[in-house]
Amino acid sequence: MEKSSYIIKQISVFSENRPGRLAAIAAALRDAEINILAFSIAEADGFGVVRALVDRPDDAYRTLTDLGFRVSFTDVIGVKMRDEPGGLSEIASVLGDAGINIEYAYAYSGKDAAVLILRVDQVEDAVRKILDHGGELLRLPIKS
Amino acid sequence: MPEMPPWNPRIEEMPIDELQRLQFKLLKSQIYRLYSFNEFYKRRMKEHGVHPDDIRTLGDLAKLPFMYKSDLRDGYPDRIFTAERSELVRYHVSSGTTGKPTVVGYTERDIANWSESLARAFSSCGLGRGDVVQVSYGYGLFTGGLGAHYGAERLGATVLPTSVGNTERQVELMQDLHVTAIACTPSYLLHIAEVAEKMGVSIRNDTDLRMGFLGAEAWSEQMRTRIQDWLGIRAYDIYGTSELSGPMFTECSEQKGIHVWGDLALLEVVDPATGEVLEPGEEGELTVTMLQKEALPMVRYRTGDLTAIDTDPCTCGRTHPRIGRIRGRVDDMLIIRGINVFPSQVEHTLLGIPDVGKHFQIVVDRKGALDSMLVRVEVSEEAFSDKIPDLMEIKRKVEHRLRSSLNVSVEVELVEPGSLPRFEGKSRKVIDRRSL
Repeated sequence: MEKSSYIIKQISVFSENRPGRLAAIAAALRDAEINILAFSIAEADGFGVVRALVDRPDDAYRTLTDLGFRVSFTDVIGVKMRDEPGGLSEIASVLGDAGINIEYAYAYSGKDAAVLILRVDQVEDAVRKILDHGGELLRLPIKS
Repeated sequence: MPEMPPWNPRIEEMPIDELQRLQFKLLKSQIYRLYSFNEFYKRRMKEHGVHPDDIRTLGDLAKLPFMYKSDLRDGYPDRIFTAERSELVRYHVSSGTTGKPTVVGYTERDIANWSESLARAFSSCGLGRGDVVQVSYGYGLFTGGLGAHYGAERLGATVLPTSVGNTERQVELMQDLHVTAIACTPSYLLHIAEVAEKMGVSIRNDTDLRMGFLGAEAWSEQMRTRIQDWLGIRAYDIYGTSELSGPMFTECSEQKGIHVWGDLALLEVVDPATGEVLEPGEEGELTVTMLQKEALPMVRYRTGDLTAIDTDPCTCGRTHPRIGRIRGRVDDMLIIRGINVFPSQVEHTLLGIPDVGKHFQIVVDRKGALDSMLVRVEVSEEAFSDKIPDLMEIKRKVEHRLRSSLNVSVEVELVEPGSLPRFEGKSRKVIDRRSL
């Protein structure tokens, strides 16, 4: 299996930390009929970064950039976890043992599994390690 | 560049003590004339408790009252003129963005002195007979066009009076008539250069342009470097305001400050808040006394421009004092915890940090008894990372750089692109929430 097909393009959007900013991003994606599969908000002092997995990342990038948002692509991976105790622990140990650092993570509970979205410092290695340990990864294109 | 003799060597290279004696003589006779023949000046001096007899040294200038832009507005149109209407040969009128316009009148001698001032200035940059000067300042009520025109003609250069606009034609004429110098705003010169490139004309390679006299708007050393490197010309700063006549003074070819001819204008720099006269080298509000103006002789006129005087002799051999690049307007000055801060300093600092854009907004507030200063900036496209620690690092870096250049601690807020005011002007660039 081609490892790079497991690497997912996440869009990251700079946002001020004030009411209505997430709504503005969400409305723009809705109007462009782009589906959001997962998202998280990382917040700091007065600003934040909205990170989202969408079904059409290139269209989302263009739509938001045209509206003046600062947008970038980030490579992430989505690990399917067993929706039971120990699911997260297993993945974390695999990466930890391989010396791969998790820069940030967020999760959603999908129809058939819980999915952990990870940004790691060595994405190709992370894909290989997880697959070697029999883990299951989200693949592109993501079907909603 | 060939060395050219000064236009008026007797005056321009006059030993400084002789120049000061000349200034005192001119000041004394000007003040006597104003007191004796003009009600406005006489009343002002009386109210201030000063009589022309009290002016015994050049330093006694500080005993005289200041004049402000509002004196011209209040005297609209010509109530404080000191020449008969029949003696006037020209009017210029400045736009009234903050109220009534102001009118400046000129006698024949006023125009002659203005032209003389610019002839000296232009020749100090190596301009002379045989040069072709494209005057792309606006002609009309504004002083820029006609001022530069008369100065260049006085020098014996050939003037191409293009005024502003019709930029493609400006480029064609620049090539066809072998223009060697241009007088315009720095932003218009950049516009001309961009239009030229679109026409397939490189100002550096396809024209004879070798110098520019740029002013009538604030510009920076970075902009000078960019213009000189791009266009292959020498870019000289020019200074003046309509109240003093118009553009009057420029840098010499040394590009180390603007020579202000002491026989025409007597300079002071004062503390904008207290009016106290500052020492050479100290930055404050430029205050000018016109020594030979007949129709509208400004005395201790507060220009509102911030700069410092340099009295050290210039390597060009001219003895007259110089002023540094205008650093900003007094109206824009903020006092944060007792320290003077100018939005232009913030602008210059941000220009040196590629992680953020050039637009900014300053918000001043008072938290308890302490002033706080917040600067909003946009993260540049290249620097945007989706990792919070990277963004926090940019914020800290900008805060650190601003603190070192302003001597005031600053909090930085990263904002979305496009959310900051794009046009110039204090009203939206600075928000002062302190209630005094």
